[in-house]
Amino acid sequence: MTNQSNKTLNTNIKKLVNQPYKYGFSTEVEKEEFEKGLNENVIRLISKKKNEPEFLLNFRLKAYKKWKTMKCPEWAQLKFSESNYQDIVYYSVPKTKKKLNSLDEVDPEILKTFEKLGISLTEQKRLTNVAVDAVFDSVSVGTTFKEELAEYGVIFSSISEAVQEYPDLIEKYLGTVVPIGDNYFTALNSAVFTDGSFCYIPKGVKCPLDLSTYFRINDQNSGQFERTLIIAEENSKVSYLEGCTAPQYDENQLHAAVVELIALENADIKYSTVQNWYSGNEEGNGGIYNFVTKRGLCAGKNSKISWTQVETGSSITWKYPSCILVGENSQGEFYSVALTNNYQQTDTGSKMIHVGPNSRSRIVSKGISAGNSKNTYRGAVTVNRKAVGARNYSQCDSLLIGNLSNANTFPFISVQNSTSKIEHEASTSKIGEEQIFYFLQRGISLEKAVSLIISGFCNEVFTELPMEFSVEADRLLSLKLEGSIG
Amino acid sequence: MNIKTPILEIQNLQAAINESEILKKLDLTINKGEIHAIMGTNGSGKSTLSKVLAGHPAYDVTGGEILYEGKSILTLEPEERSHLGIFLAFQYPIEIPGVSNEDFLYLAYSSKLKTEGKEEISPIEFLSVISEKLKIVEMSPTFLSRNVNEGFSGGEKKRNEILQMLLLDSKLSILDETDSGLDIDALRIISKGIGSFMNEDKAIILITHYQRLLDYVKPDFIHVMQDGKIIKTGTAELAKELEQKGYEWLKSDI
Repeated sequence: MTNQSNKTLNTNIKKLVNQPYKYGFSTEVEKEEFEKGLNENVIRLISKKKNEPEFLLNFRLKAYKKWKTMKCPEWAQLKFSESNYQDIVYYSVPKTKKKLNSLDEVDPEILKTFEKLGISLTEQKRLTNVAVDAVFDSVSVGTTFKEELAEYGVIFSSISEAVQEYPDLIEKYLGTVVPIGDNYFTALNSAVFTDGSFCYIPKGVKCPLDLSTYFRINDQNSGQFERTLIIAEENSKVSYLEGCTAPQYDENQLHAAVVELIALENADIKYSTVQNWYSGNEEGNGGIYNFVTKRGLCAGKNSKISWTQVETGSSITWKYPSCILVGENSQGEFYSVALTNNYQQTDTGSKMIHVGPNSRSRIVSKGISAGNSKNTYRGAVTVNRKAVGARNYSQCDSLLIGNLSNANTFPFISVQNSTSKIEHEASTSKIGEEQIFYFLQRGISLEKAVSLIISGFCNEVFTELPMEFSVEADRLLSLKLEGSIG
Repeated sequence: MNIKTPILEIQNLQAAINESEILKKLDLTINKGEIHAIMGTNGSGKSTLSKVLAGHPAYDVTGGEILYEGKSILTLEPEERSHLGIFLAFQYPIEIPGVSNEDFLYLAYSSKLKTEGKEEISPIEFLSVISEKLKIVEMSPTFLSRNVNEGFSGGEKKRNEILQMLLLDSKLSILDETDSGLDIDALRIISKGIGSFMNEDKAIILITHYQRLLDYVKPDFIHVMQDGKIIKTGTAELAKELEQKGYEWLKSDI
């Protein structure tokens, strides 16, 4: 391609990619928050505020102690200035005068905020086929369909509530899949997590609704440290979705979450994410630092965990949803679309750890990089000696838009037996000017051309998303890329 | 009535890519109902002309004018030119992985209907529209589910171009070496497509190296391009002469 046409191409790409972030507003709420900073006292205060049992306080303190000895990981393909952990507010909740009895008593400003985000919590307007837990800064503000789900024995609530009502389940499972000291950010999260979702699907129950959590960071100075725990008992099944947005601030905000999934015999968990945190401006200022540890344990025979993610936001994404395939014939899946633009940096992928015989896993990763962004796939497939007959298929495709973006693939494969079968495929392609010109010449607009190419590229992943999400994801991607190609 | 209406008037056209001038004051007028063939050696500027007419962003028009149905199109975007009825059959149709031919054709057709202020049709209705056109170019409906040009043979790619021309029912069609690399059967099919398509409201520009296409599609005029302009214009006879003598003798003619 010529210099001249590159210039045209890049200008057009810029136009298309640089769509305003429509979730960038912030909400004025009266809040109760701690002073900035982190020390043992802050942790004790969080625990006290939340009226937590002793074991949880000890869990937090142990994590804090561990965290202080650790360092921020540097092996990822990411360049950023580390957060100042003393400059973060670790507890920020909207003020309420009394205990809320129903969602209608939630601060109308907050309800309005979620409504603006397309998530209605009120009885009249809520989605009919999805139960929603809405998390606002450090706290869950409400969960829909709780009673209806309870009839099936399904527990879906904020993790804070679960700590009060089902402390035994929490004590039994919290930190079992992702140990406190797993990494720097899990240690931090374990010390200071404030809320998140808890799902428990009893034996033999197929959850009648999709469960979903919507995370909203509102406060400029507070970090969000959510903790999600999903337990699927024998022969149960659940589909869980999460969505994330944040206002537009010039400073970076930290989001360090931990998600643990446990699937017992014949259980099936499907976990889908559409992540659209604020990604910073055109010059790369501001945006969320998204350091997330997500891991699922296929503990039982024939259990299955499937991760699907569409990552479009955050200035930094560091995330490797993984499966530990312990059960015989257990199955792990990871489907991912990661889109980066401007100066966004994403280092994401999956780990499939095969322990059980005949365990199977599948990784399909699609990275799209535009602008000056960096998009890295990093994955590990580990097959233990006992995992005879294990199988893995990995596919990593990168799509480059423009000439300044960057795509990397780092697959690690380690196999310790001779009966396993591992396949890895990778490709890199580019949306070129000639392709776009072909569409234009046929009278198809730039936006439609790009959205068609992108949906084609992502199709294998989108088909894995629940219906509502797949439409949303498609729309989100074309929105993010609007004005970006030529 | 024999009053000719020009569809395309190229006046003194100068165009450059990367500041190197390719088209050097080219003049050409094409009337409705006419087929013009443009021949010439490699590098004479034929493909550049086709890209400039279609509005390719890599080329800069540095002088002159292009009038389409009496109006300048120089400031129009490629898709606007397409909506006006200008079609370019590419010399090397590009592959678009992940996008099905059916989606692509449907989108192109819908865009056309929309700009013409017509009601859009459903994908089901579209299927019957496209099936008719597929028959003309003797393509199997399985083409629709394949990705645009991906893994197509040279002949299939070229037939796909003609299919799109038929579908969009363009008024001015520029066929850039559509005959290159075709076997005799494919050439016959394509010529048949062009023949069934042409009428007195349309015009076609055939860019070609070979006489053989012109045996099937009879041009009204033949132009010889050299160094960015047209150096000779004649009738179908000229093509035969070129086939025998090559282009050298024209140079001494200038």
